[in-house]
Amino acid sequence: MIGNGRAIARSAVPQLPQDEFLGGISAAVAGGARVAAFFGMLDPDPDAVGLVVVLADDRNARLHLGRTRVRGGAFDSLTPACPQVHLFEREIAEQYGLRPEGHPWLKPVRFHSAYRRGSEVFSGKDGKGPTIGVTDFYRVEGDEVHEVAVGPVHAGIIEPGHFRFQCHGENVFHLEISLGYQHRGVEQALRGGPDKRSLHYAETLAGDTTVGHTSAYCQVVEALARCQKTPRAQVLRGIALELERLANHVGDLGALANDVAFLPTAAYCGRLRGDFLNMTASLCGSRFGRGMIRPGGAGFDVDAARVRDLLARLDLAERDTTNAVELLWSTSSVMARFEETGVLAGEVAESLGLVGPAARACGLSRDVRHDHPSGIFRFAHIPLSTWSTGDVFARAYVRWLEVQRSIDFVREQLRSLPPGEARSRVKALAPDHVAVALAEGWRGELCHVALTDAAGRFERYKVVDPSFHNWTGLAYALRGQQISDFPLCNKSFNLSYCGHDL
Amino acid sequence: MIDVIRARLRQGHRTMRYPDAPPPPLPDRFRGRPRIDSSKCQVGCSDCADACPTGAIDLRRDLQGAPRIDLGRCLFCTECASACPEGALGYGSDYRLAVRERSDLVVGEDEELRLADALQGRLRKLFGRSLKLRQVSAGGCNACELDVNVLNTVGWDLSRFGIQFVASPRHADGLLVTGALSQNMRLALQKTYDAVPAPKIVIAVGACAISGGPYIGHSEVANGVEGSLSVDLYIAGCPPHPLTILDGLLRLVGRLEGRRGVRAGAG
Repeated sequence: MIGNGRAIARSAVPQLPQDEFLGGISAAVAGGARVAAFFGMLDPDPDAVGLVVVLADDRNARLHLGRTRVRGGAFDSLTPACPQVHLFEREIAEQYGLRPEGHPWLKPVRFHSAYRRGSEVFSGKDGKGPTIGVTDFYRVEGDEVHEVAVGPVHAGIIEPGHFRFQCHGENVFHLEISLGYQHRGVEQALRGGPDKRSLHYAETLAGDTTVGHTSAYCQVVEALARCQKTPRAQVLRGIALELERLANHVGDLGALANDVAFLPTAAYCGRLRGDFLNMTASLCGSRFGRGMIRPGGAGFDVDAARVRDLLARLDLAERDTTNAVELLWSTSSVMARFEETGVLAGEVAESLGLVGPAARACGLSRDVRHDHPSGIFRFAHIPLSTWSTGDVFARAYVRWLEVQRSIDFVREQLRSLPPGEARSRVKALAPDHVAVALAEGWRGELCHVALTDAAGRFERYKVVDPSFHNWTGLAYALRGQQISDFPLCNKSFNLSYCGHDL
Repeated sequence: MIDVIRARLRQGHRTMRYPDAPPPPLPDRFRGRPRIDSSKCQVGCSDCADACPTGAIDLRRDLQGAPRIDLGRCLFCTECASACPEGALGYGSDYRLAVRERSDLVVGEDEELRLADALQGRLRKLFGRSLKLRQVSAGGCNACELDVNVLNTVGWDLSRFGIQFVASPRHADGLLVTGALSQNMRLALQKTYDAVPAPKIVIAVGACAISGGPYIGHSEVANGVEGSLSVDLYIAGCPPHPLTILDGLLRLVGRLEGRRGVRAGAG
């Protein structure tokens, strides 16, 4: 049991018999815990695979770790009783060739060869890994049922993914989302690190979440190196994280307006997103926060003149954003399209393990900044923003609430920057340790887990992007909807392909 | 309705006048084209090349180990500049990073960056005033896509130059490709390319599409589009700033010909 951003010796993680391990996960989830990460790793015994779980106990701000060893290439799937592990189990099957027996939807996640030679659960041609886009797609049969297949190349400037709709007229019975097109092998490449590329992998796990993912990566490294950050470093990182949230949320509100053809807010927010990105560029030279988050603190510091400039820009952006966004709520044609579209019930969101604004829009009170605070969020509490209706409106409105809270936070922190260094030195990583870091990215919980070997190198590095939890939420939200509402529902989640595909 | 009109008045007209006026100011910490001062280099020192995460720096044997940078691999990160004990490397504010030949991206201190010249002949006649592009995202981090998209916002308004992104390759004059070309996107990219009617052009945007970027050497990617498609324009950066992308596109269609010294303002 550890807190967010802490490390413990690997030997302190309970090594459980398989039944006890799997039963423990079910029991913990039934008791209100969430599965933040569940993954495989190579074992010294080539016939065995290690499994590791990180369970988040949000009420007590604790993280529970457990591990087991599986021999024989299979284990009993937890998914029928505990749906939130469904994609984790598919990932374990694909990466390490362990078959979760009884999994109701066992298909590839990213379509690549297994990391354990010769253990393919999903084999394609010549016994190699699966071929992208070739799988047993779900299909509804019937005279009046038709199928719509979209992607991987889409009509806009967006990432690749494949979507299959089973439709009856305009109504969608089911949407299947099949990804993996952005797979570039980052988790595997992180093994053996930290090296000169590791930090740049963290910055490019999802380009719109550079600050979030790099913060989680640095927290892991700092925990393993027992590095204390200065209060100033913590504040600078908090400011960068909230600016990232502001840019993305404001951009999303504009994109949602665009998808219901309300062009005023679409045009204004498109520009205002840039104003927030340019504030991040003022901090570190990059609109996406490249170079800002570094092990030991922040890559760039600010002086009084820069703070004054940022505060002035924040005031202007706040005024224009309020003006642009409030048009949405007072325009009946927008509200008619937002309300009761793409409704996701709170119970479904809970059982699927959704995170971030998508979960909070269904009334779930979960936010890493609140439940597992680290850094500046231990001292500056950002109120939790939730809504109960679970529709497109709720996902839009929660973003707007968060925009207001983040602006307040950034302003307050800029005005009270503590003195000190922006960055501390980071020593070598502790050998044979495990560290877990959670950070609330703008899409939700980012979870990074690192296990070091005897030399203090990453033996396994696990990344869980919020999109990994949330894609299935989008599929559910579309059930019973008109297919023409897909773009609007999709934008209301705005999930990451590259963060999922890694 | 009255609120919408009031908001319209308040938000004002925001489209920049560039290229008829200087482009919007870039942030003072912006990392544009790298600057090398090899007079500061110590003989035998390879700190910058050793620190570079993508192997973008090559030390020239002919010039006592002076560094030469492959802008097609450069992530514009801070590693080389921080590693150099003498301050011989840094970043300037020059945002112009688009070229027509891959080899033009490899530049040393004394070598001029040969910025892209315009399409000529039939292609210029066809695309100079109307260029429709299909964007294909093929294994990156989505930052390039986001900053390409920015060109469609009111501030940049790309369509005023006759350049637009279209939904179907059949309606396109060429592809704008981002990403390191994941193995899982190879077939889709080829099919999209094949679906574009000839004559067609290919634009590679960002370190990933040009060289593989942070993923150079991964078996999961093809180190960019080079070798799969013939590229007509390379726009370097990780990701390139929207102004860098716009500069490249305008150069290609000949919109910047005869304009000297269009540089970003300070600040």
